[in-house]
Amino acid sequence: MMASSYNAKDEDGHITVSGPGGGTLRSKKPENTAFKQQRLPAWQPILTAGTVLPAFFIIGLIFIPIGIGLYVTSNNIKEFEVTLYDMSGPHQNPFRNCNNVFMYYGLSNFYQNHRRYVKSRDDSQLNGDLESLMKPSKECEPYAYHENKPIAPCGAIANSMFNDTLELFYNDPNGTKIQIPMTATGIAWWTDKHVKFRNPTDNANLTAVFQGTTKPVNWRRPVYELDTDPQNNGFINEDFIVWMRTAALPTFRKLYRIIPKKNSMVPTLLRGNYTLEVVYNYPVRSFEGRKRMILSTISWMGGKNPFLGIAYITVGSVCFFLGVVLLIIHHKYGNRNNSADIAN
Amino acid sequence: FLGRHLNYLDSRTIYVGHRSGSPNEAIIPPKFCDNRIVSSKYTVWNFLPKNLFEQFRRIANFYFLIIFLVQVIVDTPTSPVTSGLPLFFVITVTAIKQGYEDWLRHKADNEVNKYPVTVLEDGRRIRKESEKIKVGDVVEVEEDETFPCDLILLQSSRDDDTCFVTTASLDGESNHKTHYTVPDTERDLESLNATIECEQPQPDLYKFVGRMHIYTNNQEPAVRSLGPENLLLKGATLKNTQKICGVAVYTGMETKMALNYQGKSQKRSAVEKSINAFLLVYLCILVSKALVCTTLKYVWQSKPGQDEPWYNEKTQREKDTNLYIKMFTDFLSFMVLFNFIIPVSMYVTVEMQKFLGSFFITWDKDFFDPEIKEGALVNTSDLNEELGQVEYVFTDKTGTLTQNNMEFIECCIDGFQYKYRDASSELDGFCVTDGPVNKLQQKAGREREELFLRALCLCHTVQVKESTEQSQGQGDGLTDQVDGLGVDGEVVPPPEEQRGFIASSPDEVALVKGAMRYGFTFLGLESKTMKILNRNNDVEMYELLHVLNFDPVRRRMSVIVRSRSGDTLLFCKGADSSIFPRVRQEEVERIRMHVERNATEGYRTLCVAYKHLSAEEYAQADKGLREARLALQDREEKLMAVYNQVETGMSLIGATAVEDRLQEEAAETMEALQGAGIKIWVLTGDKMETAKSTCYACRLFQRNTELLELTVRTLEDGGRRREERLHELLIEYHKKAVQDAPPVKAGVTRSWSSANQDYGFIIDGATLSMVLNTSSESNSSRYKNLFLQICQNCTTVLCCRMAPLQKAQIVKMVKNSKGSPITLSIGDGANDVSMILEAHVGIGIKGKEGRQAVRNSDYAIPKLKHLKKLLLAHGHLYYVRIAHLVQYFFYKNLCFILPQFLYQFFCGYSQQPLYDAAYLTMYNICFTSMPILAYSLLEQHICIEILLDNATLYREIAKNAMLRWGPFLYWTLLGVFHGLLFFFGVRYLFSNPALQDNGQVFGNWSYGTIVFTVLVFTVTLKLALDTRHWTWINHFVIWGSLAFYVFFSFFWGGIIWPFLRQQRLYFVFANMLSSVSAWLVIILLILLSLLPEILLVVFRKPRGPHARQVELKHTYTA
Repeated sequence: MMASSYNAKDEDGHITVSGPGGGTLRSKKPENTAFKQQRLPAWQPILTAGTVLPAFFIIGLIFIPIGIGLYVTSNNIKEFEVTLYDMSGPHQNPFRNCNNVFMYYGLSNFYQNHRRYVKSRDDSQLNGDLESLMKPSKECEPYAYHENKPIAPCGAIANSMFNDTLELFYNDPNGTKIQIPMTATGIAWWTDKHVKFRNPTDNANLTAVFQGTTKPVNWRRPVYELDTDPQNNGFINEDFIVWMRTAALPTFRKLYRIIPKKNSMVPTLLRGNYTLEVVYNYPVRSFEGRKRMILSTISWMGGKNPFLGIAYITVGSVCFFLGVVLLIIHHKYGNRNNSADIAN
Repeated sequence: FLGRHLNYLDSRTIYVGHRSGSPNEAIIPPKFCDNRIVSSKYTVWNFLPKNLFEQFRRIANFYFLIIFLVQVIVDTPTSPVTSGLPLFFVITVTAIKQGYEDWLRHKADNEVNKYPVTVLEDGRRIRKESEKIKVGDVVEVEEDETFPCDLILLQSSRDDDTCFVTTASLDGESNHKTHYTVPDTERDLESLNATIECEQPQPDLYKFVGRMHIYTNNQEPAVRSLGPENLLLKGATLKNTQKICGVAVYTGMETKMALNYQGKSQKRSAVEKSINAFLLVYLCILVSKALVCTTLKYVWQSKPGQDEPWYNEKTQREKDTNLYIKMFTDFLSFMVLFNFIIPVSMYVTVEMQKFLGSFFITWDKDFFDPEIKEGALVNTSDLNEELGQVEYVFTDKTGTLTQNNMEFIECCIDGFQYKYRDASSELDGFCVTDGPVNKLQQKAGREREELFLRALCLCHTVQVKESTEQSQGQGDGLTDQVDGLGVDGEVVPPPEEQRGFIASSPDEVALVKGAMRYGFTFLGLESKTMKILNRNNDVEMYELLHVLNFDPVRRRMSVIVRSRSGDTLLFCKGADSSIFPRVRQEEVERIRMHVERNATEGYRTLCVAYKHLSAEEYAQADKGLREARLALQDREEKLMAVYNQVETGMSLIGATAVEDRLQEEAAETMEALQGAGIKIWVLTGDKMETAKSTCYACRLFQRNTELLELTVRTLEDGGRRREERLHELLIEYHKKAVQDAPPVKAGVTRSWSSANQDYGFIIDGATLSMVLNTSSESNSSRYKNLFLQICQNCTTVLCCRMAPLQKAQIVKMVKNSKGSPITLSIGDGANDVSMILEAHVGIGIKGKEGRQAVRNSDYAIPKLKHLKKLLLAHGHLYYVRIAHLVQYFFYKNLCFILPQFLYQFFCGYSQQPLYDAAYLTMYNICFTSMPILAYSLLEQHICIEILLDNATLYREIAKNAMLRWGPFLYWTLLGVFHGLLFFFGVRYLFSNPALQDNGQVFGNWSYGTIVFTVLVFTVTLKLALDTRHWTWINHFVIWGSLAFYVFFSFFWGGIIWPFLRQQRLYFVFANMLSSVSAWLVIILLILLSLLPEILLVVFRKPRGPHARQVELKHTYTA
């Protein structure tokens, strides 16, 4: 603003360039409001040992029981895991309670969370959009077209759907094998099954709907033949939906079947030996993966995981311990310090 | 010295009116620059490229540009819109703002450059635009106009060949200065045939050497020497003179004013520098993260089957890409994935904080001055926090520390004290006055009294303001010396006496008015006759024979007058130190006491002496004076010698005390600033004595302060060469102040109780330039260092007789000294503009001397006293707020991105984002931005009253205490700890992803959402823990953003969004909340992350202020 400075004439009418205030507030007394004068009533908490100490004890007292509860619950969950190398022999049943038993399949060293893999899907196709059905998204490449036909469902995730069949048989002591009835209903999120995934039309004849598309390369059957039940066929096949929810870590498990309880008196799985029959389709050797079958019961906290319980107990104890230490310090030195402060 | 130093190589020749000097010499018109002033930065054509270049020079902008380009070119995990849009927005807004500012500058330039001026060409008067003036033009200027360029005064409409000028807008001295025409020039300018040789342009306002050759009819050219008294400076205003003519010698950017102007460079606060440093650290973290990931990715991929398992084949294009290009794009992708660690939003938030925060300064009603009806003004909001970091305050004296309003307080005649105001009994014993003089003058003898009063009436260069100007004189802002009488209200003078006085020094006016109160009225000077109205209402006439001008070295002035009775009298007034040696010693003791007492009270004291000159004595003096005046060589030295010869053997009559009233609460303010550990330097163009007394009055110098003086006077004391003496003094003072001083305790710059000697340092402009520009190169830096070291050990430094540019030089020197302390300049006049621009923070006072200072300042306040609150309260709070803001921002982004980095180890280094894109974008914009913004606007970790009461609190944040590497490391480690905790806590939870009581499993997006939820809550609660001042806004914003996060997550996951390609988060959040384990892990992780923080708060003992605050609260409640 040099030039203006010689000129006495523009001295007062000059606009102030930047910053707030400028000319508008000129010759106006600032308003005396609490906000503008930075005098808003305020709560000014001061954390002292006195206020924090009880908090530590309370946290300790709450966390330790929760932790113990979690730990016990987790320990009570029965889990049984088999690595699927080959056809399985008979196994002892560890389950003795009367709740549902959940059957998971697990894969390890399978990178479902790889970026190229995660994005290789077309959610609008899966949501029943007819246009996307015939023109899968580019994200699905190189699993979008096969022999110039659009793949439905497209993408790497769908293409690599887990396709082993696991069946559980009870080895009756009299020598017969009784197949354990298992349901696939309720293994996928309710919202996925009913909203996010939809067949192109509600037409019962899925075959006609998927006319002009082709099945994913690795699949043996087209998508409209996944199940005989029309409520579990096509894109809304629950096995398919479960698979499409990509796992967070390279070692993961997915819910495969639920073995429903019969009634509250009889254990879901009777004591005895069982045979797991696996139709081995899914190759994992090539990426040094492993396949597992897990049978587990479920509690209010989900599957078996001692981590939470241990963590809660640890944190609770640490809090409690710190509370004690703080109390001692506070008691021993606090008073002296306070008096010193006041003397100052 | 005139003429002697004129180096012909460094001089310019000017042909007055473009007429060749001697007839037989042709003009070779020399090239000089035109009279155009350019202060704008851009033109229409270069605005876009230049502005963009300037903007992308900012490290942050450049970085975001790179990220944006990478996102455009390379297949990256996030879309280019996420970084491109904010960047575009920021750049556009800044460009518009800067363009508007430059447009205003263009307008201001044009106003000056197109201002019409009158130029005499071949006898005709031609109106021209100011920018078209060329060197050599004869320019006519009328009263109250400013000079369009630097002129040599040729002709004045006044009879005595003088003109009056105020240089208020140049050096801030608002008094009227007398300038002289070149002696013996022709009255008829048309026929004037002359050349001027003068030095090349230089910025010193008070220096000018040149000579004028006047050619008349083929005679030997007459030579007149030219000095600063002949030079009218651009920017000064003509006063009390109808019109003048002058020849342009320097034009445009070569005028002294333009040379004194310093470009307003972009000021950057220390906080911004810290941000940039932190930014570099985070850039390094970012790059190393990306490098680590890229390396590991290729290591991992080299194992067979990992790169491209059967279930996850690459597209043909990916397969075809060259390996190295792939590596490079992978690296860039990682960069983009982690780039959220340095968010654009931080810059936006910082800017917002600064902009909005500065409103609190303009809103503060404590800054409102009822007199001028204005509050504070914020010109730059970039420097709010710098107000909390000030280590050196450079203050102007006149108008800043003082009101520039002289008032006659008392006088002492022959050792008897006369106090004008109703005397109180506190006066010392040996004389008690009880009323104005006209009631009780019988103490010193009527004769002595009247002699003294006559002396006051005669010994000055005051002029009576002509009544014609009275009407328009007021309100001009520049005529504040021209006070009417009776302002005091104590005396109601007769109406005919209601006249004003004009003088080159406000003290003189005060003295003349003081004399008037005692009954002697100066009526004016008419053709060398001074008229005085004495007590008996008789008019006394004195013929004015000679004026022996004031100069700062002699520090006195005299007049020689002849009374009606034929007596020739010499009256002399001056500083005690210069008068006492020249009067009879027995008279001194009676007066010295009064003078010293007055001086310590901060009054400006002058001693008055007189001498009877016999006819021979006068004849001799007269001859000497005339000869010396006409001397071409060493005129000043010769004059000085004559002066000294005449002013001897006088007898002392009395002394006066004039008060330049201090600004309200000046002393308290200065004391508070010193208590805050700030060193105060007074930089003034004023005389040393005056400045010194002001310093005493402001309690900058205390009684026990030992003054180290390095001035022209002390240099000449030794009688040796100045350089030697300078060297000697510097060494001596250095020894005293630096080497012998006990080591200063850390953090305590000024001890109040101990017997430590306080030092004050005094230096004047001439000596300063000697220190800075010593002849020998080696000495110069050494002197400078010595000087700086001395100054740094002094509580107060006083620099007097400073040119504006020298003020800036001092500021610059301190600014660039070791530790690069933060400087603040405060001033009210145009002479302070250069130092205001130079200092880190420039404060303008909305004073009387125009608005240049205000306009060039960063902050303007109505009064000096407001500086205290501005620094101690606002500055302190702003600093704490922004420092916390910056640290918090880096912290929250570190713990935001660290889990994402760690996730790469679990997803095959595939750049898979952990969080959904919406979360990535919204994290900094919505979920965590408002609480910190509210905090950074409202936080008062210590309340304002306590900050004002305890100036020492200011020291706690000195030297950028909250943004040094220590605190930065702490915050970074905290961020790392939190990031690790979030990621691995959830990681162990996910070792069994069946987290719902119906056995269903969670996928990768649930994983990210849990981490993100913990993150948002922890980061917000961490801020809540740090908040010491919870207003309803804080409550609203903190709990509000958490609620918003929850609400948004439900909403975002509750609908199938048609525009999204993937419905990743569909019901993920709701499902998460239906899992007890997820709840438990969220609570656990939040608590665990905050635990160390709570512990620290407890263990950190409440220090002084907090304890006091607690006590205070107790007393309030009680």
